[in-house]
Amino acid sequence: MTPTLSVRNLRVEIPTRRGVLRAIDDLSFDIAPGEVLGMVGESGAGKSITGSAIIGLLEPPGRVAGGEIRLAGERIDHLPPERMRHVRGKRIGMIFQDPLTSLNPLYRIGEQLTETILTHEQLSGRAARDKAQRLLEEVGIPAAAERLSAYPHQFSGGMRQRVVIALALAADPQLVIADEPTTALDVSVQAQIIALLKRICADRGASVMLITHDMGVIAETADRVCVLYAGRLAEIGPVRDVVKHPQHPYTRGLMAAIPSLAGDPDEKLAQIPGSMPRLGAIPPGCAFNPRCDFAFDRCRAERPDAYPAGATQAACFLHDAKNPPPPEIAGRASEVGLGVTRAPAEVPQ
Amino acid sequence: MNPAETSLVSPGPATDAPLVEVKGLRRVFDLSKPLLNRLIEGGGRVTLTAVDSVDFSIRRGETYALVGESGSGKSTIAKMAVGLLPPSAGSITIEGIDVWGEKSADVQRRMRRRIQMIFQDPFASLNPRWRVGSIVEEPIKAFAMIPDAKDRAARVGELLSLVGLDPRDGSKFPHEFSGGQRQRIAIARALASEPHFIVCDEPTSALDVSVQAQVLNLLRELQERLGLTYLFISHNLAVVRHVATRVGVLYLGRLVEEAPARELFADPKHPYTRMLLDAVPDIEMAGKERLAIAGEIPNPVNPPPGCHFHPRCPFVMPHCKTVVPPVLARGDAGVRCHLFAEG
Amino acid sequence: MSDATEAAPVETAARAPGLVARLRDNDIWFSFTRSPITVISAVVTLLLLLSALFAPLIAPHDPFDPATLSIMDSFFPPAWTGEGDPRFLLGTDDQGRDILSTILYGMRISLAVGFASVLFAMVVGVTLGLLAGYLGGVVDSVIMRIADVQLTFPAILIALLIDGVARGVAGPNSYQDIVFGVLVLSIGLSFWVQYARTVRGSVLVEKNKEYVLAARLIGLRPWTIMVKHVLPNVLGPVLVIATINLALAIITEATLSFLGVGVPPTQPSLGTLIRIGNDFLFSGEWWITIFPGITLAILALSVNLLGDWLRDALNPKLR
Repeated sequence: MTPTLSVRNLRVEIPTRRGVLRAIDDLSFDIAPGEVLGMVGESGAGKSITGSAIIGLLEPPGRVAGGEIRLAGERIDHLPPERMRHVRGKRIGMIFQDPLTSLNPLYRIGEQLTETILTHEQLSGRAARDKAQRLLEEVGIPAAAERLSAYPHQFSGGMRQRVVIALALAADPQLVIADEPTTALDVSVQAQIIALLKRICADRGASVMLITHDMGVIAETADRVCVLYAGRLAEIGPVRDVVKHPQHPYTRGLMAAIPSLAGDPDEKLAQIPGSMPRLGAIPPGCAFNPRCDFAFDRCRAERPDAYPAGATQAACFLHDAKNPPPPEIAGRASEVGLGVTRAPAEVPQ
Repeated sequence: MNPAETSLVSPGPATDAPLVEVKGLRRVFDLSKPLLNRLIEGGGRVTLTAVDSVDFSIRRGETYALVGESGSGKSTIAKMAVGLLPPSAGSITIEGIDVWGEKSADVQRRMRRRIQMIFQDPFASLNPRWRVGSIVEEPIKAFAMIPDAKDRAARVGELLSLVGLDPRDGSKFPHEFSGGQRQRIAIARALASEPHFIVCDEPTSALDVSVQAQVLNLLRELQERLGLTYLFISHNLAVVRHVATRVGVLYLGRLVEEAPARELFADPKHPYTRMLLDAVPDIEMAGKERLAIAGEIPNPVNPPPGCHFHPRCPFVMPHCKTVVPPVLARGDAGVRCHLFAEG
Repeated sequence: MSDATEAAPVETAARAPGLVARLRDNDIWFSFTRSPITVISAVVTLLLLLSALFAPLIAPHDPFDPATLSIMDSFFPPAWTGEGDPRFLLGTDDQGRDILSTILYGMRISLAVGFASVLFAMVVGVTLGLLAGYLGGVVDSVIMRIADVQLTFPAILIALLIDGVARGVAGPNSYQDIVFGVLVLSIGLSFWVQYARTVRGSVLVEKNKEYVLAARLIGLRPWTIMVKHVLPNVLGPVLVIATINLALAIITEATLSFLGVGVPPTQPSLGTLIRIGNDFLFSGEWWITIFPGITLAILALSVNLLGDWLRDALNPKLR
């Protein structure tokens, strides 16, 4: 089956006077129809830039410098702006962190919804209004008929984000890109929005690219997860495997560093030493090597491809079956459940 | 005031006197327009009760966490506790000295030295025009702790290494550091005046997870080494579970539940606490369905009467809508909910 | 999107490099070298400043020494015209003074008045703005209402008013002695509002930042916090206003002098020179007023362009 979104060897560059920064370097992933793919990474890892690159809204001077982006098999990375605008509204829906940036404060909710519907569908004004009301009902806004004539500021934060979801889904897009959709919301509201997003996209069969720094949100929402580090792919795979049996040392450190409601609270949190390099100062070889417990000479010289690692794919030489790491390193890694020595039978499916 | 409200917890017989005691704390903000505008445009006074009769105490060496969502008043309490914002009513006593009632300037000064704060945003909490060394040195100078400049510089280096930085970093400017490193600088500054009590206001919510773990571990390490007492403000229950010895849950300015951390997470009593714990997205929950939670936090200017939580509460009873529940002590814990009333 | 800004180049002076390296690495320096107009106006401003400063050394004549003046030399046109005299490059005026020399000396006075009045306005405005913003309440209301009232009068009117009062109080003879101070005072007082408003706005933003809270926490006095913490962080916009104001102050001084309420003809500034020359414009001696006029225009323009560039360079949104 053709994936809804297919990104191949994407490279995004930001030219600056101190040289060209590679914000995204050789990133490939697919999103299957109806699938929710989580994009995680620390701030600056490039998750939001990936989203902007896909919808063709990179902030200048950033530019797509290489690779391909295909939406349902059709290349969209070099469409003229006019065509891209159509793709954005009709085939890709967008949800941003701050609902206020997506809603025009000067227009009523109903006007904004019907306008979006009419741009992409041949409907009468009345039918568009009915559809707008149905959409509001679908995203769980009580008294939808009356709320159509309300202004954005008359809604609470959670309700606004519901409206934005309705707006993103108004044209029945194939793909929804949600960039930190719950970060600005309170915990109790966040759970509602996640549940809504999941349900409504599943109902319509839309694929979702969920960008967030919150692993908890990903764990509960996504089918698969893509972990970015310094603009490069670290690991990609089914969410349960990445969370429970991470195969990249970075993912492993990241998972261990997250405080959880389970486990022993008195135990010290695992921590990764140092911090992610700035884009201008990415070390040669694997970007993670200075912080990695298992780094060996090859890691400092050569950039790893994504190797199959259990149920996931990890960009780490520990998983290079053809050219395995030194035995001492491999031994230490396998003690913590990393590396090629793991028997395939151990991998949970 | 209702006698049951004055103290959430009956003081244990064998414990030392608490380091921090908060009694009947209340803060009202006046959101009214200026008098002239009110006269011309009409409309009366608008007030917001951000903190309403809050009592708790913190024992020496303990980490007391205040948990709440937006509008819960947790940051307002933090500001009152460190002396940045006067309370409308009630008192805060630290080491026996009333933070807001102490008249003697000398005593006040000595007390101030013992209270410090770590802020949420490490990008705003360090003066961008100052070198890191001067930032860390400032409290030492302000309290005239080390008169000799050379000794002072040595102390600054010591503090920087204590938080895991290079003593030579003192000559750099804040913008040369990452968020996590900046938070370490802020911690070094807080430690400079040799405080006993540190208020941590969401100290990791602006940081990435891997860095958050570093900062949380550092705070814990420093607590053990220096015998510090923390008031830890956070909205993240998972983080709180890892640092707190005691937890207070705030909802719209009222402390709705208070208990030792283990007890609270193992057996939450108040329906709001239960709801919050249910709502936290957790990596251990991958693939699991969770309970749906109704409603949003009401506007704190106009909170619901009776128990503030009643419109969202699944166990609401008729008198919840009119009667403010008193704090009901249950052993070492307390809960403000009619469900737990005797009989 | 958020990542785009995070990925933007951040200053990476990791190993505390030397001053020159830091300057080279500096964004402001970078934007300076990238703007040819700015470089030109900076060079022109610098040249004018230096020639004013060293006027006694480079001016071919001393226009204020009556001994060197000869009425026989009056009304020479510029040297390149037919009747010109090679001794007087830009010609002479009615008293036989070399125009080039009077311009060089006149610029000194114009610039001195400009700098002094900007400095005066800056000190007054920044202080009042800091107080209004940081203390708020009644102090804020009083200061800002005075500023509002003053803004309803044109600056030149206020300058004229102060000048007139000073003239009346001092009397015509002693007025000559204090004219410089009166000019600085009157121009400075008409400009302070801008500084006060800008500083107050920035202070309102800065005072709620956590570094100020941290300073309050250790019991620093408000004035200490204002000067040591807040002031360094609000100086950027002040510098921009000061530069643009310098051009304005020079023009205001010229206007006052042109109107005859500025410096006396015995110590002419550019404005005085333009006024004197204006009398002869219709009798054909155009050079007496045109050259000081052009000098004034170039000076004001290049300083203004510098100010514009500085404003853009310091504005993070435009970078």
